[in-house]
Amino acid sequence: MCGIVGLFLKDPKLEPKLGAMLTDMLITMTDRGPDSAGIAIYGRPVKGRAKLTVQSGQPEVDFKNLAKDLSKAVGSPVKAQIKNTHVVLDVPAKKLDAARAAVTKLRPNCKVMSSGDSIEIFKEVGLPKDVAARFSVPKMSGTHGIGHTRMATESAVTTMGAHPFSTGADQCLVHNGSLSNHNSVRRDLKRAGMTFETENDTEVAAAFISHKLQEGEKLGDAMEATLTDLDGFFTFVVGTHNGFGVVRDPIACKPAVMAETDQYVAFGSEYRALVNLPGIDKARVWEPEPATVYFWER
Amino acid sequence: MQTYDLGAQGLRGLNSALHALKGQTNMTAWEIVNPKGSHAIAAGVDAPIDITVRGSTGYYCGGMNKQATIRIVGSAGPGVAENMMSGTVIIDGDASQYAGATGRGGLLVIKGNASSRCGISMKGIDIVVHGNIGHMSAFMAQSGNLVVLGDAGEALGDSLYEARMFVRGNVKSLGTDCIEKEMRPEHFKILEDLLKRGEADAKAKPEQFRRYGSARKLYTFNIDNASDY
Repeated sequence: MCGIVGLFLKDPKLEPKLGAMLTDMLITMTDRGPDSAGIAIYGRPVKGRAKLTVQSGQPEVDFKNLAKDLSKAVGSPVKAQIKNTHVVLDVPAKKLDAARAAVTKLRPNCKVMSSGDSIEIFKEVGLPKDVAARFSVPKMSGTHGIGHTRMATESAVTTMGAHPFSTGADQCLVHNGSLSNHNSVRRDLKRAGMTFETENDTEVAAAFISHKLQEGEKLGDAMEATLTDLDGFFTFVVGTHNGFGVVRDPIACKPAVMAETDQYVAFGSEYRALVNLPGIDKARVWEPEPATVYFWER
Repeated sequence: MQTYDLGAQGLRGLNSALHALKGQTNMTAWEIVNPKGSHAIAAGVDAPIDITVRGSTGYYCGGMNKQATIRIVGSAGPGVAENMMSGTVIIDGDASQYAGATGRGGLLVIKGNASSRCGISMKGIDIVVHGNIGHMSAFMAQSGNLVVLGDAGEALGDSLYEARMFVRGNVKSLGTDCIEKEMRPEHFKILEDLLKRGEADAKAKPEQFRRYGSARKLYTFNIDNASDY
């Protein structure tokens, strides 16, 4: 199964509540997948600054003096905000790639969850309520976000196998379903220079879209290409620095419900995920059509 | 009138209370509030009662229904009225995928649209959809009637047996072994009755519909059709 939720805010007044709303939605979907949970939050970017979200199995060891060591390595001040097994590193935007390279060198056991101007990804093994609480997600504000609760089918239940997968700056993807040609697509993408952290099918879908975007394609076209090049069952929700997209395979077995009001666009694997959103009774509620790309950008 | 607050009292309590009603009962009218997309609301009821659900439902609302009349004042999630035996399920809004799947009897009315696989493997149920239906609807349908006032999606009636389909709007494509058939007097009669019982007689007239059914070439095994199976 797996459960997906997504929220794209149009009304800035709701931004302080994004983390709380998204957490509430994700907890409702717990029984669609109890293995692991993750959330991507897009905050308002700060000019000239960028963020790296880094995970460690031994945070007390790896995160000690990390900001100091990284500041030295990149030659600019770096701020660190430790949240349980993750740390958000605030770095100069121009030094984002250098900082990413330095982190993996300085702390080889750390994994980079996300990088970009606005994205932060938190994911771990466990139930949505526990994962959200560990990272204080309900207190986070932001413009849009995506959450996922996983029932594993294609690869092991690990932190790195949890969704969302991020394979490009400010990009992420979550998936309900399973892909059958991920090994061959992964081989092609590796030849094209993409790198992979796991054997997971969803990571291939994320990298497939990131690769298309790198080649200069628009988000809508990149998502459209999943319909011809990826084989299997999928409902994908994709996040970028300024937008949020949805696409379902042509058979469309994997459920999806959307709601739109003047204040937001929301996605849920089931209507249950949307019932507590403000003004849901008057929202336009619909099922996204099979093999049709939907996206909203600001 | 029995009012049940699903948010406060929980699903188990509701379905146990409904399952306890056997044969004749004086608790004939039920109202369920705060459904909030919960699963399996009023599934497995076997009593001649009226149930109104005020709000939208999740998976399998009214599944396996016998005798009861269930009205959803909202939209329904996947598998509404799945395997219904008798009685009536009426949805004021839209229905998600596989509405009325494998239904053996009774009447399912969807006032909005139904998504993919509506009436898949239906075995005697009658379904009236006021709006459109999605792809692969009535796949392997065996008997019963599917009436659609709007349009039908791709591969309507694929691998169909003996169910009848009446569509007023466009059919995007017909599935394997599904063909258009002539409307004979008995079909106008069936349709008139279904439109009336499906609360659609003010919206549509039997003569506006086309009938689709099985070409009967696929389900009688023929070695020359092997590539189509």
